[in-house]
Amino acid sequence: MSVNHNNATETDSPVPRSPKDLQSQLRGSEKRISLDHIFRKACVAIAAVSVVILLFLLGSIITQGVPSLSITLLTGTPEPDAEQAGAWPAIAGTIWVCSICALITLPIGIGTAVLLEEFKPRNRWTTKVFSVIQVNISNLAGVPSVVYGILGLTAFVSMFGLFDGPEQRQNHLEIGATYYDQFTNLASDPFMSMGIEDAKERYFLAPVASASLPPTVPKAGMTAFEYQGDELIEVDVIIVGPEDFPSDDPEELSLSIDASAIPGRISEKAWYYFSLPFGRGVLAGALTLMLVILPVIIISSQEALRAVPSSLRDGARGLGATSWQVVWNITLPAAAPGILTGSILAMSRAIGETAPILIIAGIVYIRNAPQHLMDSYTVLPLQIYNWTSRPQEEFHSIAAAGIVVLLLILLTFNAAAVVLRQRMQNKTR
Amino acid sequence: MSQMQMEVTRERQRNKRTMKTSATNSSQADESTAPVEQDPVAIETKDLCSWYGNFQALHDISLSIPKNKVTAFIGPSGCGKSTLLRWFNRMNDTIPSARATGHVRLGETDLLDATTDVVELRRRIGIVFQKANPFPKSIFENVAFGPRLHMQLSRSELSDLVEWALRKAAVWEEVKDRLNAPALGLSGGQQQRLCIARAIATGPEVLLMDEPCSALDPASTLAIEDLMDELRDQYSIIIVTHNMQQASRCSDKTAFFFEGRVVEFASTEKIFTSPDSEKTEDYVRGRFG
Repeated sequence: MSVNHNNATETDSPVPRSPKDLQSQLRGSEKRISLDHIFRKACVAIAAVSVVILLFLLGSIITQGVPSLSITLLTGTPEPDAEQAGAWPAIAGTIWVCSICALITLPIGIGTAVLLEEFKPRNRWTTKVFSVIQVNISNLAGVPSVVYGILGLTAFVSMFGLFDGPEQRQNHLEIGATYYDQFTNLASDPFMSMGIEDAKERYFLAPVASASLPPTVPKAGMTAFEYQGDELIEVDVIIVGPEDFPSDDPEELSLSIDASAIPGRISEKAWYYFSLPFGRGVLAGALTLMLVILPVIIISSQEALRAVPSSLRDGARGLGATSWQVVWNITLPAAAPGILTGSILAMSRAIGETAPILIIAGIVYIRNAPQHLMDSYTVLPLQIYNWTSRPQEEFHSIAAAGIVVLLLILLTFNAAAVVLRQRMQNKTR
Repeated sequence: MSQMQMEVTRERQRNKRTMKTSATNSSQADESTAPVEQDPVAIETKDLCSWYGNFQALHDISLSIPKNKVTAFIGPSGCGKSTLLRWFNRMNDTIPSARATGHVRLGETDLLDATTDVVELRRRIGIVFQKANPFPKSIFENVAFGPRLHMQLSRSELSDLVEWALRKAAVWEEVKDRLNAPALGLSGGQQQRLCIARAIATGPEVLLMDEPCSALDPASTLAIEDLMDELRDQYSIIIVTHNMQQASRCSDKTAFFFEGRVVEFASTEKIFTSPDSEKTEDYVRGRFG
């Protein structure tokens, strides 16, 4: 068709027609301008829809949540009574998991982006490797986070079962844990302490070298400790055999342990406690969230690095800077605002992420903020989920209050990002 | 691919050996014959060929760039003059497909040697690009960047050096009150002079300028040309330009490039008044290009 048409014009007029010849074909601009107005209004309307939905959601959460906002909610523990319930363990868990996640993810993510953008492959083989990595990162960004939860469960929580065995938990690797066998004294035995009112219930701790040892048998002269306040103090205990009669002296009775007593094994974990596999601890959670946000951070950092004009790199290189000096002194500072924005957005996602944490931590009742990397934890979104799934109406309003807290944390994060970025840009531009 | 590279390096080694012998021969010859008055040489290229992938950009370039003179490279777009310039401080290393054979000598060192210290080389041969590219830092930091890479300087030594470079590049009067202001706030001409200050702050012997005025207005161009005039005593300047007037105004020697070859290399006066080659004449008269 078009070929015929062209032929026709060629035969009709050997000279191509100029705009002047085609003046009669001019169409007025009024129609296009009015269409432009309609288009602009349509854009405003579409934008307004999302804003209105957001405002509606915010409004309903705030009206429901703000009345239940209280100091108890921020500092209390999750009690069965909604009046006294707080979310402190969840808030602390969120802070722990997200800050460790950021500490691990930012260097890895930005490092990967620097590798992919600043150290371009030089031969065909590395080009192929790089493109495979690139495609994988882009794909991983779209994987639902539940999948990462399952991956985290296998890879970090149970570590592919590598450390499971017939001896199970007794053989696993541990650093920073001390084990004790805990004995109760005879005074806590109501039969023994009968009539001796001054005898107090006390607990004695006998140190154990390793978790896999059998329970300690009480022996005369064994070392035993006792908590007095926060301090562990060594005490001399009296072992009362089956043949012996316990003393009548309340002081002595409270220091006595039955020779046939079976202790309970307890452990003290330092803040640097570390064990393999990670179990359902903070570190496993942070690593799983790392999987979720790593692709996002890599991609946004890559975008930021790509936006740095290559003339800057050439300039630095031309002055004799090494690759590292170019990256550290020129490219990274120039890309920092972009990298920061991407990272903060990714971290906001990590803070709000529920599904992977639900899989690797489960809904557990946690009364304390995490104390070390392997400690069990819960996070704010999970606590909110927990509260909303209860039938009582009061829990729904403290869940709403929890959402308000979560939103406030997110807003602070984003505000910090905006301020930081503004400051960086002012410094350079 | 790798075989080819091996061949190239083998060839390079062979060339080096032959060149060494020829160099000793020529020095002996020089002693015997009457010495001819020759300009001291800053950079010498010998049989330099360069490729981008399979495209050969330079064919057997043999040039002696005189010391403390302004040398202009002219020629139509794509004739290889920028490529040659970028081999002088190995900026082509950043282009994965670029490679070269032959020799480029700066004093005793062969710049194309794989063992050449590129960082030190770029300190000795500064470059100014077509588009002013100040770093998004303060004016002071821009000039201090190069010295910081290569020298261990105290605060006062550094600020002296920065002032020296800015004065030398004729921007000191304009920026002395706002050394901590962002460099990107300067005008285009000021930015380019700042880049020149940045380039000379590391103490180079040779200054490469890749069309330094093509993005500037006439007044700024004039300022840069005056600056080149000032600098020629201490630096060997090589300027790539599309502006014929500029080449004739400010250069001592001119090389005319065409399709990757040097057609003619002579004093600027000769190139612009009575060139040997007809092609050169056509080009400088503006008949093509």
